[in-house]
Amino acid sequence: MMKILAFAEQRDGQLKKNAFEVVVAAKKIVGQTDGEVVALVVGSGVESIAPALGGYGAMRVVVVDDARLKYYSTTAYANIIAEVAKKESASVVMLAATAMGKDVAPRVAVKLEAGLAVDCIALKVEGGDILATRPVYAGKAQTDIKITTPVKIFSLRPNVFTAGTTSGAQASVEKATIPLTDADFVSAVKSVTQATGKIDVAEADVIVSGGRGLKAPENFNIIEELAAALGAAVGASRAVVDAGWRPHDEQVGQTGKTVSPSLYIAVAISGAIQHLAGMSSSKYIVAINKDKDAPIFQVADYGIVGDAFEVVPALTKEIKKLLGK
Amino acid sequence: MKIAVCINHVPDTETKVKIGPDGKSIDRAGVNFIINPYDEIAVEEALRIKEKQGGEVIALSLGGDTHKETLRKALAMGVDKAVLLKDDAPRDSYSVALALAFALKEISPEIVLFGKQSIDSDDAAIGVMTAEMLGWASVSVVVKLDFAEGNVTAEREIEGGHENVEATLPVVITAQKGLNEPRYPSLKGIMAAKSKPIEEKQAAPASNRAEVVEMRKPAAKGSGKIVGTGADAVPELVRLLHEEAKVI
Ligand SMILES: Cc1cc2nc3c(=O)[nH]c(=O)nc-3n(C[C@H](O)[C@H](O)[C@H](O)COP(=O)(O)OP(=O)(O)OC[C@H]3O[C@@H](n4cnc5c(N)ncnc54)[C@H](O)[C@@H]3O)c2cc1C
Ligand SMILES: Nc1ncnc2c1ncn2[C@@H]1O[C@H](COP(=O)(O)O)[C@@H](O)[C@H]1O
Repeated sequence: MMKILAFAEQRDGQLKKNAFEVVVAAKKIVGQTDGEVVALVVGSGVESIAPALGGYGAMRVVVVDDARLKYYSTTAYANIIAEVAKKESASVVMLAATAMGKDVAPRVAVKLEAGLAVDCIALKVEGGDILATRPVYAGKAQTDIKITTPVKIFSLRPNVFTAGTTSGAQASVEKATIPLTDADFVSAVKSVTQATGKIDVAEADVIVSGGRGLKAPENFNIIEELAAALGAAVGASRAVVDAGWRPHDEQVGQTGKTVSPSLYIAVAISGAIQHLAGMSSSKYIVAINKDKDAPIFQVADYGIVGDAFEVVPALTKEIKKLLGK
Repeated sequence: MKIAVCINHVPDTETKVKIGPDGKSIDRAGVNFIINPYDEIAVEEALRIKEKQGGEVIALSLGGDTHKETLRKALAMGVDKAVLLKDDAPRDSYSVALALAFALKEISPEIVLFGKQSIDSDDAAIGVMTAEMLGWASVSVVVKLDFAEGNVTAEREIEGGHENVEATLPVVITAQKGLNEPRYPSLKGIMAAKSKPIEEKQAAPASNRAEVVEMRKPAAKGSGKIVGTGADAVPELVRLLHEEAKVI
């Protein structure tokens, strides 16, 4: 029997969408091996959000609630996840490959003497073992990985595994106490600066990105307006980030963020290999470029050859019309 | 202050990946290798810390003789010492971290800089893993770093914002783009690097915990279609996105 501990990420007392994705993915795996999914929620004042994980397939949720866990701490969280995994005799730990998940997983792996597969985009069971698929070289290739240790850790790329909708079931909640000392907080978050109302490209379901063809930073207003109409995040090519037109955290590509939204709209971006590496696993790609030979059209599902300054405002208008905005 | 920086030697971002004959790794023929871009940022930060606080910067790289090229680049940028942990065997992130942890324990620096991620394996794991093995604090994906008495304060990038982190020394920092703008080596630096020795040591043996079963190219996207030209094509595009792709 395989027992999976699914770490359900929360921020500000709200479960992230990726928490449901991880529970559903874990449930799928145990469904093929006759096992059990136990979810784990860590934070301060988070007990009330835990039962909802039942609607996605976690029968039980362990909650570690402590005022000192209001903010993330790599050392404290790693200790808690590893201790709960041991108490539960879990042979698999799953979490999301987010800023938090990517940071904590390597520490948990060391504590549990476990192998680690990072940023998985597919999982399947083969001969009782989990085979994980993960992109390498920024998505220019992918590998199937087998972990050879008894305990295994998988982090799952957000937005790739579907969470679906809740069945409405409520999980039973158990509070656990993990003794924490000052040594668990040698590295700890003291405050969080959140860009208000900004959707991050790494989490977004729709992204509108702009490139150097927009000619000046103020021209990104047409990108922002289209993004607002779609409820999308704004992305950028490195050329415009290096020029200082857009902040670093918007850069998509091999040395920026790797994204997998349902819809990626590339405006006035040529489609250099480093940019394509970061976004070609998007489900649908739209390219708007005045050069019909631009490489971006080779990965686009739908393309419009034309001037961004004409096409984008028209697109914004048409989408607002469709969505009744 | 003793500062260490761990650097990897990786295929250039221009590389068009071809799968090698073993079906488990890339074909290295004709591939140009460079210092991992995030590690270049880590080297720069190490040099800036030294310039402010004084001390010594030691660069480490685990790999075959080709990694000397990347160590030379770090020397040319201004690091004081370079160490090659020799080993050609394929290693997973655990195995690299373990060898680095052994070497770092001996060096005993107060701060170790890593890149956020190697652009070959894309694991983004080795820095924090090494910190855990050593029992040290860490802050990953750092875009701003400052020192206070025996502590560091750092900003780490998270989805849609930053976390402001405090950590004690010794500490592992992994560098994200935005932390600094790496310098170009000066001609003098390049010349000096040629005569600086690279210390060679045997790396602690590999002990992989994950194996690659297969490497392949992702399924090629079917060639898309040009919906039309100019603003006239917009209604048709919106119809396709709504009715065919069902994404809006
Ligand atoms: C080590 C390294 C790492 C890199 N990492 C990244 C990365 O992570 N992400 C990334 O994006 N790049 C990266 N690059 C840079 C990459 O090689 C390209 O230089 C960059 O992506 C180009 O940006 P762009 O498409 O905006 O600009 P350009 O290549 O200049 O393209 C501009 C496009 O706009 C079109 N255009 C012009 N005017 C209009 C108009 N009025 N309407 C419509 N279209 C118009 C043009 O036809 C052209 O196709 C990296 C490079 C290196 C060396
Ligand atoms: N072979 C290596 N030698 C030294 N440092 C390395 C090596 N491989 C990776 N690193 C460091 O670990 C970081 C993260 O790598 P990874 O976890 O593989 O994405 C890199 O940015 C480097 O700083």
